Order: sequence, then structure tokens, then C-alpha cells
Amino acid sequence: MVMSALAITEAHVRALLENVKDPEVPVISVVELGVVRSVEIAKDKVIVTITPTYTGCPAMDVMKEDIKEELRAAGILQVEVKQTLAPAWTTDWITDIGKAKLKAYGIAPPEKTADIRALKGIVPVVECPQCGSKDTVMVSAFGSTACKALWKCKVCLEPFDQFKCL
Amino acid sequence: MELQQALFTYCLRRGDDNLILSHRLGEWCGHGPQLEEDIALANRALDLIGQARNYLQYAAKVEGKGRSEDDLAYLRNERQFSHIKLMEIPNGDYAHTITRCFLYDAFHLPLQQALTNSTDAQLAAIAGKAVKEIAYQLKTSGDWMIRFGGGTEESHQRAQKALDELWTFTGELFATDEVDKMLMGAGIAPDMAPIKEAFDTKVNTVLAEATLARPVDGFMASGGRQGKHGEHLGLLLAEMQYLQRAYPGAQW
Repeated sequence: MVMSALAITEAHVRALLENVKDPEVPVISVVELGVVRSVEIAKDKVIVTITPTYTGCPAMDVMKEDIKEELRAAGILQVEVKQTLAPAWTTDWITDIGKAKLKAYGIAPPEKTADIRALKGIVPVVECPQCGSKDTVMVSAFGSTACKALWKCKVCLEPFDQFKCL
Repeated sequence: MELQQALFTYCLRRGDDNLILSHRLGEWCGHGPQLEEDIALANRALDLIGQARNYLQYAAKVEGKGRSEDDLAYLRNERQFSHIKLMEIPNGDYAHTITRCFLYDAFHLPLQQALTNSTDAQLAAIAGKAVKEIAYQLKTSGDWMIRFGGGTEESHQRAQKALDELWTFTGELFATDEVDKMLMGAGIAPDMAPIKEAFDTKVNTVLAEATLARPVDGFMASGGRQGKHGEHLGLLLAEMQYLQRAYPGAQW
């Protein structure tokens, strides 16, 4: 069924966007990740505005296509996905549910940017997503994707990714 | 010169610095001293590519002649590139690569922080995004300088050698010409004096902790912004542009 623009609501589009996952961290949706900045129901089309996590993130183009595909499958054919840079994305925009999903997936979620330790450049206390221990150490400031750093737990000895605080 | 032409040139300069350095960092892929550092350099290169794309996209838009970011990256010749020479010199050892990154980061962060106040909304938006990534990079490159300097006799000596070699390329970071002056007048580009001050403070602090000696200013390389490059750029472009030159218009 092809839906007319009149029948489409913002809430409906947002609910559909919950099905679009980050291609590199497939447990978290683009909404939970905080990259969806606005949904606008215009006269003749739906405009979804997204913002990149990192400027060089290669997942952005895939997310754009996935958003179009998801809406198209629901009968919303006229879709424009816009990209904006300002305000710059921050890990504070990852929802609490998103953070819980990251942790369950084995990725330590980011701390809040307002954390005073981040301002002072002090290495944060990162909880091991496997065993919960706080006795962890950073192995490398950069990890498997632009948004992650590599850590190791000194208790269960498992290596794990941490979502960098940005 | 018109303001539009100056803005186009300014965006190209920022884009080219990032693009050429990211290519050099990309050359490390598969050759890093250890797996984690290999990945770290590729990540750095990715951040720089992203920033280069933002600038080249904007440059193409400002120019308004229908060129794309890819046209600017892949279809210009040596003399049309405007990065400084620091970016194009071939990779040396790991200390050389990290030292080059550190010197650029220490300049790049205060520059982009200042650009967040640009009267040009797009330049301010690009900068607002970039500062977060560069702050992270500067922290890691600075930490490595301290580790090299205070590490073994060999790591100390290699880092000092890299600094001594690369210092001659740092003068160009702060050089200004009529492009900068015109944009400074319009509040689009920042004054370089406070940026040089921030660079000096950061470099002095890190080198002191690393027990490395800051080289004395001597002969400084110049000309990159005007397209006068060394012999290395042609070889770099031959690799970077190969596909578009051999198969014009190829897309995937």
C-alpha cells in the first residue's frame, strides 16, 4: 500500500526508524544512537535529518540508504535524508536504552561528557561489560571503528570495546 | 581577489592538508609496529578524510562550477594542491609519523577551536565537529611523544631526530597571505597569532615532559600554499589518483 503524505505522522516515521540499525553496531538503532536529529512531514515528502557520529564514519551512507529502504518498505516512497553537521553529535545523545544495549552487546558505553574527569584528561573508570569489574585498562586509544577504543579487563582477562566519549 | 575566491582557496587549503596527511597515514595500513597502532593510524586517517571531505564539498559548493569533492581530490595536478609540505614528505619510522601528527594536531586544534567562531556558518559547523576529534588525537600523539622521549635511549633519539627534521616544515603552518587577510577582515578566518601562541605552549609543555629539545627556528620551508611542492607529491598523487586517471568517471 502506498500511503498518502496526509496519513503519515512523525510518530509513525520515528517508530519505523527504530528498526534501522547502526550497520557497524547492529544492536542499536539510529534513533537510540542519537543520529536522527529531526523528522519532518512536508507536503510531498518525508524529510529525515541525520548527523554523523564521526566525520569520517563510513556507516553514514549506509544509514541513509537503510532509512530510505525501511520507509519505502512501509509504503512511504517520497523520502529525503539530509545530513547536518551542527550541532555536533555527542555521545550524550545515545539514549539510556541504547547504552544498555551496547553493554549487553559487549561494548562499554561512554560516560557523560560533563564528567569532570574527561575535562581534566583523566582516563575514565570503565566497567568491563563481561564481568562488571572496574579493574580495567586501556589497550589502545583507537579500536575497530572510529567511535571505539580498545580495553582489557584485568579480572576476567577479556578484551572489549569501549564507546569513546565525544 | 573576491571574497568567494578567497573562501574557495581557504577551504582547499584546509581540505588538502587533511587529505594528503591522511594518504600518508593510510600508507601505514598493514605496516604498523603493532596491530593496535596499525588500527590507530587508520582511524586517524579516517578522521582526516572525513574532515577533508567536508572542506572539499564546501569548496566545490563555494566555487559553484559543478565540480564535486571527488573532482577536487582526484583530478587536480601537483601545482593545484595547496597543502603545506609537512603533509607530503614520505613516511619515516613510527616516531617520525607520530611527531608529524603531533605537530599538526598542536596547530590544528587551536585553529579549529578559533574557526568555531567563524562568521561563515558552514566553516563553524565543520570546526564544531572537528575539534572533538582533534582533541582526542592531540592527546594520543602528545602521550606518544612523552613515551618516546622518556622511553629507551633509542626511542628518545629517534623522536628527537624526527623533531629536528620536521621542524623546518612548521613555519608554513602559520604563514598568511592575501587570502587569509581578506577572510580575517570578514571574520571568516581567525588571526594566526593566538593560534601560534597556543601551539608554542602545547609543544613546549609536551616536549618538556618528554625531555626532548625544541629545535631552534632556522630555515623554514615555504611555498606549499601556492602550489610549489617537492618531488614526492607527484608520486603520492600517482597512487591516490590512479583509478580516476585510468578509468575516468569510474564509480562504485
